[in-house]
Amino acid sequence: MNMKKLGTAIAATALFALASPAALAAWTLNMTPGITAISRRIYGLHMLMFWWCVVIGAFVFGWMIFSLLRFRKSQGAVADTKLTHNAKAEFIWTVVPILILIGMAVPATRVLIETEDATRTELTIRVTGYQWKWGYQYIDSGVEVLSTLDRASNNARQLGSGIDPNSVPDYLRNVDHPLVVPAGVKVRLLITAQDVIHAWWVPALAIKKDAIPGFINEAWFKVDADKTGLYRGQCAELCGRDHGFMPIVIDVRSKADFDAWLKQQQALQRPADPAQTG
Amino acid sequence: MAHTETAGALDTQAHAPSGIWRWLSTTNHKDIGTLYLIFACVMFFVGGAMAMVIRLELFKPGMQFVDPSFFNSLTTVHALAMIFGAVMPAWVGLANWMIPMQVGAPDMALPRMNNFSFWLLPFAFTLLLLGFFVPGGAPAGGWTLYPPLVLQGGDSFPLTIFAIHLMGASSIMGAINVIVTIMNMRAPGMTLLRMPLFVLTWLITAYLLIAVMPVLAGAVTMLLTDHFFGTSFFSAAGGGDPVMFQHIFWFFGHPEVYILILPAFGIVSEVIPTFSRKPLFGYEAMVYATASIAFLSFIVWAHHMFTVGMPLVGQLFFMLSTMLISIPTGVKVFNWCATMWRGSLSFEPPMLFALAFLFLFTIGGFSGLMLAIAPADFQYQDTYFVVAHFHYVLVPGSVFTIMAGVYYWLPKWTGHMYSMKLAKWHFWLSAIFVNVLFFPQHFLGLAGMPRRIPDYATQFADWNLVSSIGGFGFGLSQLLFPYIIIKCIRGGERATARVWEGAHGLEWQLPSPAPYHTWEVAPSLSVIHHGSEH
Repeated sequence: MNMKKLGTAIAATALFALASPAALAAWTLNMTPGITAISRRIYGLHMLMFWWCVVIGAFVFGWMIFSLLRFRKSQGAVADTKLTHNAKAEFIWTVVPILILIGMAVPATRVLIETEDATRTELTIRVTGYQWKWGYQYIDSGVEVLSTLDRASNNARQLGSGIDPNSVPDYLRNVDHPLVVPAGVKVRLLITAQDVIHAWWVPALAIKKDAIPGFINEAWFKVDADKTGLYRGQCAELCGRDHGFMPIVIDVRSKADFDAWLKQQQALQRPADPAQTG
Repeated sequence: MAHTETAGALDTQAHAPSGIWRWLSTTNHKDIGTLYLIFACVMFFVGGAMAMVIRLELFKPGMQFVDPSFFNSLTTVHALAMIFGAVMPAWVGLANWMIPMQVGAPDMALPRMNNFSFWLLPFAFTLLLLGFFVPGGAPAGGWTLYPPLVLQGGDSFPLTIFAIHLMGASSIMGAINVIVTIMNMRAPGMTLLRMPLFVLTWLITAYLLIAVMPVLAGAVTMLLTDHFFGTSFFSAAGGGDPVMFQHIFWFFGHPEVYILILPAFGIVSEVIPTFSRKPLFGYEAMVYATASIAFLSFIVWAHHMFTVGMPLVGQLFFMLSTMLISIPTGVKVFNWCATMWRGSLSFEPPMLFALAFLFLFTIGGFSGLMLAIAPADFQYQDTYFVVAHFHYVLVPGSVFTIMAGVYYWLPKWTGHMYSMKLAKWHFWLSAIFVNVLFFPQHFLGLAGMPRRIPDYATQFADWNLVSSIGGFGFGLSQLLFPYIIIKCIRGGERATARVWEGAHGLEWQLPSPAPYHTWEVAPSLSVIHHGSEH
C-alpha cells in the first residue's frame, strides 16, 4: 500500500511538471547542444551517459522493485537462508560493468583529446576575471572590452529594490559590453584573473575554464558559421560577494561583421589610450 | 537521558558522579555515544536552519531576504556544520555505542581520549559559529576554502582555521580509538572477517581518517601562514600556486566523502539482512569492495578540478580512475539486491530508510558516473547538477542511513519500542520531499545554473520554486525525528532483547536496554557463532 502512495506521489509530481501550460520554455530539463562541433560532441557524450544510466537503472530498479513485491513476508514469502554466494552471478556483475565502462571511456577519451587540441587558431583573446566583471583583450589588435552586469539588472538585484526581476529583460544575464567573436573562425582564449579564482563558462560553447590569478589557462572554440547571435553564460567559481552577478555574453557575428567591428573599435580606442601602442 | 533501568547499573559503580558532571567526565562508551549523537542532531538542525534560509532566498528571483555576503556565509557554514558537525559526529556516536557491543568488548580501548575527542567538538563549533558575530561575518569562501578568496575573509578566518584544527584533532582521536578497540578488544573467536559490516566499514573509515585529516590540517595551516606570516604557498605573486591548495584539499576531500559514506554501507549491510531474514549475500565481496573503494579514494581527487587546466594525461588518469569506482560500488548494490532476493521482507522503519538509501544512493551514483566523464564535466562542474549529485549521496546516502541505524538500535539503547506509525510518517515525508528538493536541481544544473549564487535568471525560477517547496517540506519533516526519539526515551512498549525477528549479532544477545556496562566477561564462542551467522 505504501508503494502505491509513493507511485501516486511520483505521478502527481510528473503531471505537475508536464501539465503546466504556456511558460513551458522555462521548465528546461536538459543541457544545450551548443553551437560548436565540440559542444555537440560533449552533448552527445552526456546523452550517451544518460541513456546508459537509464538502462542500468531500469535493470537495477526493476530487480529491486520485483524483490520488494515478490518476497514480502506479509505475502507468505519464506527466506532461503542458504543463498549467500553465487560465483557465476558475482562474476557477471563485476565483468559486465567493466565492459560498459570501456564503452563509455573510449568516446570520452576521444572527445577529451579533441578539446585539448588548441593548434591553428586564428584569433587570440585574453580573458581576465575581476571581482566582479570580465575583461577581454584582442591580443593582436589591442582592442579591450570591459564587461559588467547591465544597469537594469544591477538596479533590480539590490536587496529590497522593489523591482520585479520578471520586468527586466534578461535579468542577470545581460552585460553592458558583450564579447564580440567571429563565427566560423577558430578562436583561442587565454584565461586568467586579477584577484581571486573565477571560471569563464558559456554553456553554448561547452567551455568552462578556471581563471586563476598568476596563471594562464587556454581554451578554444569555433562557432558554426551560421550560428550568429547572442549566447549567455556566467562566472562558475565562487569569487566573493557578487559572484552571482558577473554574467558573460558573447555576440557571435559573421567574419565580415566582426572585422568591421574590430576596425571600428581600434579606431575608437587608439587615440584615447596611448599605452596601447606598446 | 533518563534510563531509569540503567540507573540501577550505574549505582553499582562506586565512583560514578551524577548530574551534569556525569556527562562532562564520563568515560563510558554509551554515554559518549549519546553525547555525540545529541551533538550531531543539534548541528543537523543548525545546518538545516541555514539551508532553510538559503532555499527561502532562492524561492524566487530577486534578492528578498539576505545580503549576498551573508548568503555565501550560509552556504559555507551549512556545509561545514553538516559534514563536520552532523554526519561525522553521528558516525562516531554510532561507533561508540555499537562497536564495543558488536565485538564483545566492555568499552572503547581509550576511554579518556574518547571523552576528550567529544568535548573538543562543542568548542570547535563555538569558534566556527562565532564567525557570524565578528567583523567581516562568518567565512564566505565556500567550505572548500579556496585561496585567494578565503584569504579575503574577515576576523572569522582564523576562527575557522582553528575550528577545523580542533575538528580534525577530534576526528583523529576518534579514529585511533576505533582502530585500537577493534584490533585489541575483540572477544576471543571474533575474527576480523566474522565482525559485523558496520564494524568492518568503520575500521576502514578510521584508517582513511588518520590518513587524510592531517593533510587538511596542513593545508589550512598553510592558509593561516599565508594570511598572517607572509608565506606564499598559494600566491603566484610570491612563487606559490593557488591550484596546489586545491590538490592538497581534495587529496583530503575525496577520501573524506568516503568517510561520510562507508559506515553507511555498513549499516545498510546489517539492516537489509535483518529485515530480509536472510544472511548478507557475498560478505567477503562486500569487505573487498569496501577496501577497494577506500584505496581508489586516494587516487581520484582531481576529478573535483577538471576545469583548473590540468594536462591532458592528468585529466585522462583522473577520469578513468574515477570511473573504476563504480565497479566495487556496483558490486555492493548488486549484493544488497541479492540479499533481498528470495528473502522474507518486512518494512519496519530501519528497512524503509535502508531501501530509500538503496534507490536514491544509486541515483547519486549515476550522476557521479556522468560527472566522472571529464569533457561532460566541463558542463556540469560547479553547477546545480553537482549540488544535486552530492546531496543525493549525502542526504539519502549518509543521513538516511544514520536514521536507519538510529531506528534499528534505538530499542536496544532505551529498552522501549518507538512509535512505528510516527517513524513511518517521518520516512515517507522525508523520502518524498528529499526528491522534490533535490531532483529538480539536476535540471537546473543542466539548464546552466551555477551553484553558490544568491540570485538567478528568471529562466531558473520554476524549478527553484519546486526545490524550495521540497526543502521546506523536508526541513519540517525532520522535526519528527527528535520528537520520536524523546518519546521513545520517556517510555513505550518494552523491547525484547532481540528486538527484530531477523536480527543477528552480539548486541542482540544483550538485554534491552543494554546495561551501562556490557561484556565485562567476554561472550563465549557459542554466543559469538550464534550471533554472527553470515
